[in-house]
Amino acid sequence: MKPVSVVEGQMVPLPHANIDTDQIIPKQFLKGVKRTGLGPNLFYDWAHDEEGEVVSGFVLNRPEYAEAAVLVAGPNFGCGSSREHAVWSLADAGFEAILAPSFGPILENNCYQNGLLPVVLADDDAEEFAKLAADPANSVTIDLPAQRVSSGDFTASFEIDPHVKERLLNGWDQVDITLQSVADIDTYESSRPRFMPALG
Amino acid sequence: MVLYPWQPTSAVSDQDLRFPTLMKQPQTMLDKVWDDHVVRSAPGEPDLLYVDMHLIHEVTSPQAFESLALSGRRVRRPDLSMATVDHGIPTVGRELGISDPLSRHQIEALEQNCEEHGITLFGVDDLRQGIVHIIGPEQGLTQPGMFIVCGDSHTSTHGAFGALAIGIGTSEVEHVLATQTLPRAKPGSLAVTVDGDLPLGVTAKDVILGIIREIGVNGGHETVIEYRGSTITGLSMAGRMTVCNMSIEAGAVAGMIAPDDTTFAYLEGRPYVPTGGLWEEMVAYWETIPSDADAVFDREVVIDTTGLEPFVSWGVNPAQVVEVTGRVPSPDSFDDPLERDSARRALEYMDLEPGTAMTDIGIDRVFFGSCTNARIEDLRAGAEVIQGRTVHPDVGAMVVPGSGLVKLQAEEEGLDRIYKEAGFEWRDAGCSMCLAMNDDILSPGERCASTSNRNYEGRQGRGGRTHLMSPQMAVAAAIAGHLVDVRAWQ
Repeated sequence: MKPVSVVEGQMVPLPHANIDTDQIIPKQFLKGVKRTGLGPNLFYDWAHDEEGEVVSGFVLNRPEYAEAAVLVAGPNFGCGSSREHAVWSLADAGFEAILAPSFGPILENNCYQNGLLPVVLADDDAEEFAKLAADPANSVTIDLPAQRVSSGDFTASFEIDPHVKERLLNGWDQVDITLQSVADIDTYESSRPRFMPALG
Repeated sequence: MVLYPWQPTSAVSDQDLRFPTLMKQPQTMLDKVWDDHVVRSAPGEPDLLYVDMHLIHEVTSPQAFESLALSGRRVRRPDLSMATVDHGIPTVGRELGISDPLSRHQIEALEQNCEEHGITLFGVDDLRQGIVHIIGPEQGLTQPGMFIVCGDSHTSTHGAFGALAIGIGTSEVEHVLATQTLPRAKPGSLAVTVDGDLPLGVTAKDVILGIIREIGVNGGHETVIEYRGSTITGLSMAGRMTVCNMSIEAGAVAGMIAPDDTTFAYLEGRPYVPTGGLWEEMVAYWETIPSDADAVFDREVVIDTTGLEPFVSWGVNPAQVVEVTGRVPSPDSFDDPLERDSARRALEYMDLEPGTAMTDIGIDRVFFGSCTNARIEDLRAGAEVIQGRTVHPDVGAMVVPGSGLVKLQAEEEGLDRIYKEAGFEWRDAGCSMCLAMNDDILSPGERCASTSNRNYEGRQGRGGRTHLMSPQMAVAAAIAGHLVDVRAWQ
């Protein structure tokens, strides 16, 4: 995983509540066996009409937001399905971070696995960044080491699990980390009472 | 036959000290199940938890197996993994093969991956094939006290047995394949206490829809919900599974219900459940799992079932529901600006006018299925509503049993005949129109009464409009051609 430290770039506002992963990447794009190439399908049903034509009014299709790297969303962003395709499509479309008051539980974990930074902001701060994002000329800087987000004169701080932060800063792969504890796993397996549930 | 890999420990070991009966502090069920799965714990780090059962399906696993192969790793415990095909599989004409080349390729990839790694697969031609969250309990694979994961958000279903069961993404599927563990910071605890008898015609589905309306689609954020109270303990395992299934729709990490005699009676004799002395030992352990009487939860919500009515959804998330006797709300009735915005957008998508009586909403399709409501008990309850009536001529209705074994059982009971004679299509098992990855899909503008779990925009097909409800309500709607209060028929 590529290390994440400071994200700088253009914001794009999509400040609705409860944007679910079915909207982020509709089901017809879950039939592949690869993680790549999903960017063009991001928010497909909002970005395209029923004939497959581009909806020019959809904010992500507006040319002035073509360089957006940070999505500013409403609470519970990415609720619903576990499909990691949602994160793969966001990353493939050039997004490096998402600002929101809260995230769906599975999407948040999926973001961490892929180096896409989910930044949990206070409601008021998220609203302020959504307002700032309404002007495509505004850029944002997310400083992960300092746990600070700023755009122009406005700055907000955010909390993140220190362990997750360290992993993102170093680009560590979770499987590699866990396999350092393989002796603990062996011990756990070999010492488990037989009445503990398990398949056979 | 079940072979347990664990060796009996001698007398009282250090390991036994981890067990709840010897603990002093009052604990929640979450505390107990969590503690019993901690492989490694260190300050400032998430706990490393051992996974008892990893359920796998064709849609969220191929990239995980691919990464595993690329890193030269093997599946650590294929014997603790179990796979089936459900999301993309057709529910009709399977004998002709799977015509969608992409879905076929995914299913073949799963078959190859299971073969290569020695993972048991209930494949396309296996009678035990079905929706992953239906077949786990049906086979007795799901047991109290387990830590269960699956690359699917409705893994919360298995919490009905007093298991901790969570949905994970594909990268974490790879992690579990490689290590049989998952690192997690411990979530908070939310007790949802539901007391009172269920009024006639009101089901487990209405209970959970009512809970979600009460606490909101994000109300369970960063918590594991424990459902408790007389209403919950009075539910069958099928009903408890319906409740736990939709925990994720409240934004929760998982949902759990304490195991009791109902749980043990359901499990006894199922294929993967041990017998004899080991069964007795396991039950003795399971009896220690429920929360201690004086356990403290981070938060508690109390719901009274007095006056509870069947719910139907009017919007595009599962909190946007109203009693069937109610009306489509006005966006202006919501104080919160974000909720008002959501309601306005929802009504536009759903093509509904505020003030419309819910029972005046006509429908085009009925989907009876999904991991929420496609167990044999659901099919029985739906069939009882029919009483010789037939599906409205303008409605297309289908019943999709949750597994091959549910289908077989229903056929042995003659339920298939009741549905078919009434004009329902009788399909093979799979996720089907819950997420519409196969050909079971709404056309733009079609309105569907659905027993599934998500009424998201486009969930059942682009431009499709979903109204969530119980099986009984969906069958009644199929017959009436519009949403209807099934209680008038009972």
